[in-house]
Amino acid sequence: MSENLAKIKAPSESLFSKKNRKLLIEPLTNNNPVTVQVLGICSALAITVKMDTALVMGLSVIFVTAAGNYVISALRNIMPPRIRIIVQLVVAAALVIIVNEILKAYLPDISEQLSVFVGLIITNCIIMGRFEAYAMANKPWPSFLDGIGNGAGYAILLLIVAFVRELLGSGSLFGVKILGSAVPGEETGLYTMGYVNNNLIILPPMALIIVGIIIWVQRAKNTSLQEEN
Amino acid sequence: MDKESNAYTIIFATIMVVVVGGLLAFLAISLKERQDANGEIKKKMEVLSALLSPEEMMKVSRENAEAEYEKYITGGVVIDVNGKVIADGEKGKDAAFQTNIQAQYKDKNIAVNKRTYPMFTAKKEGKTLYIIPIVGMGLWGPIWGNVCIAEDKSSIAGASFGHKGETPGLGAEISLGFFIDRWVKGDEKITDENGDYQKFDVVKDGTGGQTTKIDGISGGTITSEGVEEMMNRCLVPYTVYFKTL
Repeated sequence: MSENLAKIKAPSESLFSKKNRKLLIEPLTNNNPVTVQVLGICSALAITVKMDTALVMGLSVIFVTAAGNYVISALRNIMPPRIRIIVQLVVAAALVIIVNEILKAYLPDISEQLSVFVGLIITNCIIMGRFEAYAMANKPWPSFLDGIGNGAGYAILLLIVAFVRELLGSGSLFGVKILGSAVPGEETGLYTMGYVNNNLIILPPMALIIVGIIIWVQRAKNTSLQEEN
Repeated sequence: MDKESNAYTIIFATIMVVVVGGLLAFLAISLKERQDANGEIKKKMEVLSALLSPEEMMKVSRENAEAEYEKYITGGVVIDVNGKVIADGEKGKDAAFQTNIQAQYKDKNIAVNKRTYPMFTAKKEGKTLYIIPIVGMGLWGPIWGNVCIAEDKSSIAGASFGHKGETPGLGAEISLGFFIDRWVKGDEKITDENGDYQKFDVVKDGTGGQTTKIDGISGGTITSEGVEEMMNRCLVPYTVYFKTL
């Protein structure tokens, strides 16, 4: 009798079981929200001129997707189905306002550079997409991991794009001039040899081209991502 | 309880709104002090950026802005639209700093002739300079700035412009050095020989660089004209005040 009961009871899963680890890692590579699902492209173009803004934006999105997924998942059984999209929006909006207020208080300069884009996290398709597709159907802990994974997948892409754009566009990384000083008359480093920063790469369209190149490389290496035809 | 019922839906929505609203209100109140402090430091940096050269400004950060502000800014006055003094002397510096011209500009309940006009006096390299904050309207939203008037109370010695959301690469360029230089580098004066205000004219034909003619920004016409309007409207009361000194 007791043996039967033990069988019926679902085996408790460890916090970082293989399945849960997959939730974290898949979105970073083969199921990346930006390069594979092509969500959240707009902000990837706007705030990837510098590494520090990209990092803060990435962390903000991780926070919103992870905490939001957790809350939505916890509420999923008591949520009135007819207003579920509204509830999801309220949760996302509240979390975005929390992030925005905290940035304004503790990182005012970065908050100014990100300006409206923090507020626009709410319209980032990754967030509503994960709420609706994952958190509504899964338990809080896996949902939380899924949120972190997808947020991190977005953040990593932002950082890669920002790395290329800040290095080639401004000759610096995280604001540190690593290619030398470009001040006319007192050039140092690479600039003494006639190297010039590429101003084109600072403009938004170049972010799209860089994202395109990343998608191309990723699909060339992983043929299972290629669509038929 | 039936999750599909109207009563359940309304109760759920009500509780959710109260909880979320309460949480956000609590957060906003607890962070307000810090955010206001950040805003004040930003304002001090903007005042200093009209006074100091870009190289000197590089050394001013959020950490030392307070000290640098106290070092350079020696006093202030607040005047009315006719150039009459409302506050000066001991209280002037604080009163000028506390005057929120952006809020007055936005507030439709304050008549134009009831607006107040703050000014800071600064000492740099033994010379007295006057820093005047200004505010206006660009293409998409508010623009603002600080104009530094030299000891002769007429020449523009420095300026800084800011904007909330002008088009990057076009109107947004008003905050860049090359546009500011057009107001500062030549013989730009806010008054004629009689001490009366003389209007600035932002031109498109490239004939700027004269006392009152300034080249605009191609593709940023409305923002450039916003700067022109802002200068011509905000600076007049000060020229009246300068005559009384």
